[in-house]
Amino acid sequence: MKKTVITVVGKDRVGIIAKVCTYLANNSINILDISQTIIQDFFNMMMIVDTSKAPKNFDVIAEELDQIGNEIGVVIKTQHEDIFNKMHRI
Amino acid sequence: MINIHEVIETNKMIEQENLDVRTITLGISLLDCAGPDLSEVNEKIYNKITRVAKDLVATGNKIQREFGIPIVNKRISVTPISLIGASACKTIEDYVTIAKTLDRAAHEVGVNFIGGYSALVTKAMTVSDELLIRSIPMALQATERVCSSVNVGSTKTGIDMNAVKLLGEIVLETAELTKERDSIGCAKLVVFCNAPDDNPFMAGAFHGITEGDAVINVGVSGPGVVKRAIETVRGEDFETLCETIKRTAFKITRVGQLVAMEASKILGIPFGIVDLSLAPTPAVGDSVAEILEEIGLEYAGAPGTTAALALLNDQVKKGGVMASSYVGGLSGAFIPVSEDQGMINAVEAGALTLEKLEAMTCVCSVGLDMIAIPGDTKATTISGIIADEMAIGMINQKTTAVRIIPVIGKGIGDYVEFGGLLGHAPVMKVNEFSCDKFINRGGRIPAPIHSFKN
Repeated sequence: MKKTVITVVGKDRVGIIAKVCTYLANNSINILDISQTIIQDFFNMMMIVDTSKAPKNFDVIAEELDQIGNEIGVVIKTQHEDIFNKMHRI
Repeated sequence: MINIHEVIETNKMIEQENLDVRTITLGISLLDCAGPDLSEVNEKIYNKITRVAKDLVATGNKIQREFGIPIVNKRISVTPISLIGASACKTIEDYVTIAKTLDRAAHEVGVNFIGGYSALVTKAMTVSDELLIRSIPMALQATERVCSSVNVGSTKTGIDMNAVKLLGEIVLETAELTKERDSIGCAKLVVFCNAPDDNPFMAGAFHGITEGDAVINVGVSGPGVVKRAIETVRGEDFETLCETIKRTAFKITRVGQLVAMEASKILGIPFGIVDLSLAPTPAVGDSVAEILEEIGLEYAGAPGTTAALALLNDQVKKGGVMASSYVGGLSGAFIPVSEDQGMINAVEAGALTLEKLEAMTCVCSVGLDMIAIPGDTKATTISGIIADEMAIGMINQKTTAVRIIPVIGKGIGDYVEFGGLLGHAPVMKVNEFSCDKFINRGGRIPAPIHSFKN
């Protein structure tokens, strides 16, 4: 299972997590871990998800999440987990 | 499992500190394209490059999307063309046809540079080596994406001074032929000592004859990330400074290793090496000179610069070698002038001279790089500059190189604009005393002794 990291950065507002989670649920993407923090007034959320049961491929998911981000005024990035594992784990 | 702060750190490096993978370079052996018939050789070269590299750019873009890390350049290096054309090329023009073929292939597969229009003449030039070298000005004028390099010396063999003399003339001729574009041809011509076979960075990349049929080499970058990291340890001692650089270099290199492995897997081509070099770009905050300033110098070039660069280079290597299973290429810090805004500022402030740059090349990778000099500089003077740099490489068992641009029609204080990653630069002063008699002696400088190191 190749895990995917979704990060959401932007100004805090009601419904960011709801919006993202709804999309994930509708696309059979399972959330494995979720955490959030506020850094310098910015809302930072990270989700680790499993996309292996999703009917859509990685590029489509990344693109659609990016659009959702545009709609609600936050930046949503979708990246394979490996880049973080490689950089921070020996 | 990975935590949110690590994720934020990585993305900050990418978004705010210019962390990127500078290049995925696909090395392709053209040894099987050699033959006596020129048109057949050209056809084979074109077919092989376009076949092996057809998915290179798409693969780079795919990795970029999946990991969210910019992969700035996708490039190709090939076997030194003096070897491939040796039996088919009888004239300079014959060699130029191969340069044009390389350019066409580069356009077809969508890479921005193709390196390997090269000759390896560490001891002496063969007839074909010399023909290729003499064809370089015309080849660089007639093509857009072809890069050329000549290895004229090594620690094991000494320096071929005949080639050094010839290359002084060739650099000037290349400048002349591309003078309407600030002599940009010279930005694509590198003269090496101890050239590595697996360097992924242009303009000096070629696919060495010791390499396999095809190989993926990756060059990472991240001067901005190192600078930001050491901003947090201002005023601390050297141990803390070095630890910080080392840790950052480790992280940067791991990304390179990941990208190299992915590219290798998708393309079905073996992974070669990761090149650890800190490669600046003209973008603000992506500068090696700014790292030197952050270490504690007013400008690059101030007393202490060589020591600061030495420690930077060494820590980058120490952090990098642990991060990758195979490290190669040039692996150090690049100090090109035109491609580094901090270097340009230092030259303008009068802090950095050609002589200080030469000293700096003793302790970092490569050498006198992307330096604009007056267009009326004599060929023998250029040869003298090359000879000095080659001697540093030969004696110190390291790679050194010269990529200088005599800008035709311009003098000290004038500006040249190369555009894009090649940047812009003020024309620098060159020592005007003559070395004619030295360069005109001819022959070669013997290999150095490997003992009594003092």
